[in-house]
Amino acid sequence: MNLFLQQLVNGLFIGSVYGLFAVGYTLVFGVLDILNLAHPAVFTLGGLTALWLVETAGLTIFQAFPIAVLIAGLLGLLLDRVAFAPLRHRADTYFSGLISSIAMAIMFESVALGVFGAHTVRFPANTVTPTIWRFAGITVTSLQVEIVLVAFLLMVGLTQFLKHSRTGKAIRAVAENERMARLLGIHVDRIIAFTFFISSALGGAAGILFGLYFDAMSPDMGRSIELKGLAVIVLGGMGSIPGAIAGGLAFGLSEVLTVAITGTSNLRDAVAFAVLFAILLLRPSGILGRSRMREA
Amino acid sequence: MQKNKQMMWMGIAVLMSLTLLLTVSTEFAAAAGKEAKIGLAFSMTGAAAGYGSTQKNGVQLAVDEINAAAGADGLKLIPIFDDDASTPQQGVNVFNKFINADKVSLIIGPTLSNTAQVSNRIAQQAGVPVLGISNTAKGITEIGDFIFRNSLTEMVVIPNTVKVAKEKLKISKVAVLYGNDDAFTKAGYEAFKIALQGAGITIINEQTFAKGDRDFSPQLTQIKSQNPDAIVVSALVEEASGIVSQARKLDIPKSVPIIGGNGFNSPGLMKNAGDAAEGVIVGAAWNTSSSSSLNRKFVEAYNNKYGSLPDQFAAQAYAGVYIAYQALSKAPSPDNHKAIRDALAQIKGMNTVLGNFSFTDGRDADYIPVVQIVKDGKFAIFGE
Repeated sequence: MNLFLQQLVNGLFIGSVYGLFAVGYTLVFGVLDILNLAHPAVFTLGGLTALWLVETAGLTIFQAFPIAVLIAGLLGLLLDRVAFAPLRHRADTYFSGLISSIAMAIMFESVALGVFGAHTVRFPANTVTPTIWRFAGITVTSLQVEIVLVAFLLMVGLTQFLKHSRTGKAIRAVAENERMARLLGIHVDRIIAFTFFISSALGGAAGILFGLYFDAMSPDMGRSIELKGLAVIVLGGMGSIPGAIAGGLAFGLSEVLTVAITGTSNLRDAVAFAVLFAILLLRPSGILGRSRMREA
Repeated sequence: MQKNKQMMWMGIAVLMSLTLLLTVSTEFAAAAGKEAKIGLAFSMTGAAAGYGSTQKNGVQLAVDEINAAAGADGLKLIPIFDDDASTPQQGVNVFNKFINADKVSLIIGPTLSNTAQVSNRIAQQAGVPVLGISNTAKGITEIGDFIFRNSLTEMVVIPNTVKVAKEKLKISKVAVLYGNDDAFTKAGYEAFKIALQGAGITIINEQTFAKGDRDFSPQLTQIKSQNPDAIVVSALVEEASGIVSQARKLDIPKSVPIIGGNGFNSPGLMKNAGDAAEGVIVGAAWNTSSSSSLNRKFVEAYNNKYGSLPDQFAAQAYAGVYIAYQALSKAPSPDNHKAIRDALAQIKGMNTVLGNFSFTDGRDADYIPVVQIVKDGKFAIFGE
């Protein structure tokens, strides 16, 4: 039983990182109907930037985290400016945007390679000193708790922001109907840019948390989460924020339990994607998605 | 980064041309005494460039020592270095050049097993002896009776690691975690499995992972629940450090040591796993702190000459030159490849920096490997 509980904790933990990553992914999709495939690259750069701030600039992780998140957000603005905005009014904007985001992903990855090298790197050992808590036979480190808390705070904060703030409402309006939003006097381009900022900031935050826990960051680390993030937002219902959170947790749990039961990680992705496939067949709009209606 | 690399290449280019000059000048100077040309095919560019450069250092040091000691009448070595570019194609070109144009007495190299699989066949056909100093894959010496190596294979290192670990730590039940989608880590696992069974240690749990995995907590949680005496891991260094650090985060106590295969043999382990790497046990073909006087002298001389400590590849290269020299000096003439081959095959109990060295009947290395333990961020000797 303890073993099972411990595996649940493991799953909850990795699931919350997936969720945070997918929330940013799904936000852009909800607003623009475009998959931003450079999101995993922003995830990587977020983590590596925080590492640079800690290691080279000598900041503590508590200072480095917000700065790196901000930089990741700025990368989002750059993405919007370079890869999406120029294509926005073309008839094939969905497709060309997808392709140009892949190009940006490759560039970001190359920048990471050039600046940080191909080696696997980690945060210095004393960046955070986790305490280990044991209760009822389960081991949890304070670092894990902090990561889950940060992930959930950011996710809850985003949901509240979209629901209640003026900008949040504008984002939802643009998501619902861009033309109508424009007619209502909403500065659509600015809102879209802002959406990219938020989305990429969250992606960068996920990258930092991921790097902090796994102690293994490399320029290609985004690839390990790229497809999973995509699967998570499909699972949760494209464009749905609570769906992305639920999907992330479900995905994390399914991964961990598959490995725990089979004793090998070979089937991990197979099971996760089989679940995804089943959901697509049985409930095409995802767990929490509503058909033809987006929540931004 | 890029700048550094450029500088490094320029440095290497300068060094290479210097050696070339040196070679030419020794050719004139040593005309009086006997001399033997040896071909050195190392990866100076490409994926294995990092290994090739320390191999070259090791060889150069040994050649300088030997030539200085040979005096006016003794046998001198003329090293001819060439770059196999980490690829079999280039390896073949270099071997052809050594055999047909340079007419070398013996070839040392190539750096990678993959290259050796192809290039060594050419030497075998031409009847030129080859001494591998870093090939550990199966089937290299099986190519033919002219192919030798002084690099220990996993099949020798791992059983010794298990034996020493059992003696010192009194382990009786272990859990095994390995990468099952990589030829190297899988071969390591198989070697461990045979060695563990041979030592009477029970495997109570087996878990696997795939290349590129970062989250090992599900597997480690399963392992932890079974309370093994030790965890045996066959992984490349990237995954190895993740496994080691996550095991300690999951509160698997330090009293449960982690025993690793050759993939753990990298400073990257300590760099990326940090404190968690303390106490990790791994077998190796050589260790800097081996206590023999020959080894101490080598480490010191290497450090004086190059300003850094030698690694395993430098030591194997250094020992390789001495082994080759012993065979060359026994042969009646440097052109008599058959006699050189026979002299190599007869080497038994030779004192080298690697240890008390012999060739097996299958022309593989035979000496006792070391077992290392990570202590204060460095590999220290755990047992021999």
